[in-house]
Amino acid sequence: MELSRRDAVAALGALGAGTATAGCLQGSPDGDGDDGGEEAAVRETLVAAAEVLYPSAVDGIDEFVGTFLAGRLDDGPHAAGVRDAVDALETRAEAWYDGNVAALSAEDRDSLLRETGAGAADPDPDGTPAERIRYYIVNELLLALYSSPTGGELVGIENPQGHAGGLDSYQRGPTA
Amino acid sequence: MSPAENVGSEASTDRTPVTDCDVCVIGAGPAGALVASRLAEAGHEVVVLDAGPRFDPSDRLARQERAIRPFYDRPAVWDGDPERDAHSNDGERFYPLNHARVKGIGGSTLHWQGMVMRLHEADFNSQSERGIGVDWPINYEDLRPYYAAAERELGVAGGDNPFAPPRETPRPMPEFQPSYSDSLFAEACDELGIAMHSVPNARNSESYDGRSGCVGYGTCQPVCPSGAKYDATVHIERAEEAGATVIDRAVVGRLAHDAESITAAEYATPDGEYRQEAEGFVIAAGGVETPRLLLLSESEQYPDGLANSSGTVGKFFMDHLFAGTGGLLDEPTRQGHIGFLTSESHQFYDEADAEVGPFKLEFFNYAGPSPVESALTGDDWGDDLLERLRGEYGTHIGMGALVESIPGEDSSIGLDRDETDAHGNPVPEVHWTVDDRALRTIERANEIQERILNELGAEITWQVGPEDTGPAYHHMGTTRMGEDPTESVVDADCRTHDLDNCWIASSSVFPTGGAMNPTLTIAALALRCAESVDAALRGE
Ligand SMILES: Cc1cc2nc3c(=O)[nH]c(=O)nc-3n(C[C@H](O)[C@H](O)[C@H](O)COP(=O)(O)OP(=O)(O)OC[C@H]3O[C@@H](n4cnc5c(N)ncnc54)[C@H](O)[C@@H]3O)c2cc1C
Ligand code: SF4
Repeated sequence: MELSRRDAVAALGALGAGTATAGCLQGSPDGDGDDGGEEAAVRETLVAAAEVLYPSAVDGIDEFVGTFLAGRLDDGPHAAGVRDAVDALETRAEAWYDGNVAALSAEDRDSLLRETGAGAADPDPDGTPAERIRYYIVNELLLALYSSPTGGELVGIENPQGHAGGLDSYQRGPTA
Repeated sequence: MSPAENVGSEASTDRTPVTDCDVCVIGAGPAGALVASRLAEAGHEVVVLDAGPRFDPSDRLARQERAIRPFYDRPAVWDGDPERDAHSNDGERFYPLNHARVKGIGGSTLHWQGMVMRLHEADFNSQSERGIGVDWPINYEDLRPYYAAAERELGVAGGDNPFAPPRETPRPMPEFQPSYSDSLFAEACDELGIAMHSVPNARNSESYDGRSGCVGYGTCQPVCPSGAKYDATVHIERAEEAGATVIDRAVVGRLAHDAESITAAEYATPDGEYRQEAEGFVIAAGGVETPRLLLLSESEQYPDGLANSSGTVGKFFMDHLFAGTGGLLDEPTRQGHIGFLTSESHQFYDEADAEVGPFKLEFFNYAGPSPVESALTGDDWGDDLLERLRGEYGTHIGMGALVESIPGEDSSIGLDRDETDAHGNPVPEVHWTVDDRALRTIERANEIQERILNELGAEITWQVGPEDTGPAYHHMGTTRMGEDPTESVVDADCRTHDLDNCWIASSSVFPTGGAMNPTLTIAALALRCAESVDAALRGE
């Protein structure tokens, strides 16, 4: 199932970033080259993580995650938390697998994420590295997917919680 | 707008008292907000003090994110502060107080579900009609015009209900259409001769009063990002437009008084402690903090607490009880698209007597786990997670019920003198008990729920019955209304018997609670109370 820009904008609509900024940052990191490079690196890591966190039936992850992140990575504490968690994950990838996350095979990425402890950890934005990776990477990406219409549809609910999907869907039967 | 962790910047505000204040309202939930807006619009100088913060409306989506993310518990969605909100529990059943209220501008309606129905006629005359409890000093006809006004103020969407008490005009907005799962229930209910009908919602089915129609976010409880669900910030804004001063983070710890009247509300803020003097005082701090404030204001004159000559302040603490049954069907049930109810049945309500109380039946639109919330809690991801979510979602079906409880005076809110809050005041001690009639009523509700679900062919997988019932978060009874000053705290106008310039706007004045969600009745009483305050201030 193809994730669209609409899904990313919908996820942002659900999760609190101005949809106005959601479009404009994507692909055009403004001004300062360092910042742009950093944003691109964060995006690369998260896209790579999403490729194992999302089900194999999903396509269009690169654009979806990129558009979503562009709306989430402002200057607030949330964006700082995402960047720190990405750093923590990359540090472990280098130490344990001799390469950055995006360069690892899907299997190794999956193992890496598990070995950080993020699978079993309770999410906590101020917690241990495992808890922060769970909160800012694993749950961030799963939240984006499953609050979007396409992510919801995979499960069977085209208007999932968090998505302002209107008042028709709840009245519709399964075959409609 | 910002993600979950970015909320909470503190604006600098003047929290000093206002000179020449006519009315000081304590609490900015729906009760206080309605009283304040009415009195400010009538030209009085009004000050509203609220213990909690003023929330930034642009943080609503961030709060919705908190509601979905497992890291945040329910109180954290609206910045609940365990120290500020400390309390103790010593009843036979635990009462989860901080899940049952929000402190801040808007009060608990920020979190509420928004079902708003009128009490039935017999609810006002429980003793004479059902042989249990007490009669209110007012009846349905006294409150009827205020109910209609309250429905306009809150903005209520609702349709026909053959069991509801008489009304003059339709509700301000058309009802929400029934859900797909309602149609499944309807077939079973038809077979059993049980009538379903729409639910009155304080939620816009179309745009109303400058607020948008519902857009289906599905997180109504605990936060509506669109503003379609009514909350009391609506009337706080209206009060401010009419000239009222609203001070947040102002915790009233004591009401200074002489023998006949209150002279000042003493309050603590982040910037210091102040006294707000006024001609009249309206306490609208909810059904727990209202009696606590009266008890905290004890003096030589009133050693048992203010307005407490009857000894009933804090007594008769009651809540509605929940009864529920649910299970699985062998077909899709389409749950979780919206976060509110579209059908109920009040058919059995007026069968109530001394043995079995009134109750109403609810047909859920959100039975079973929410896929997105569930996705954030397992230790799986990728295809395994999707498979799990598909297994969990899809065929759940569930029913709830709300049941009246009429406990004795031992069910109470007192002061725990061994534990103090952030301001050094004894915390409220919740001693909550449940009466046997309520437990029998839960059994009766469970029986009907089972019949309906069996008729539907559901496999029943859970039930909340008399053993594990919980409260519905409606705090009632703790400053009851009555004619006799030796048995009640306020009179029919919600004015305290003891102090002539003190009114109470809250479900704490309910002598009995029926089994309808209380806030429409709170709102109707608040509008009526505002008239009484207005008349007193005018010297009428
Ligand atoms: C999860 C949930 C769902 C609900 N669903 C429904 C529903 O569907 N239908 C319904 O009718 N009702 C519902 N309710 C109940 C409803 O929210 C309350 O009945 C209503 O908000 C009560 O209004 P109030 O103004 O009396 O008190 P509140 O809304 O609780 O407001 C009281 C205010 O007083 C302030 N305060 C307290 N102490 C002090 C002090 N010492 N000094 C200064 N300020 C103080 C508090 O900060 C608070 O803002 C629900 C409640 C919850 C928690
Ligand atoms: S479904 Fe609930 S949360 Fe969503 S817009 Fe409607 S009232 Fe608000």
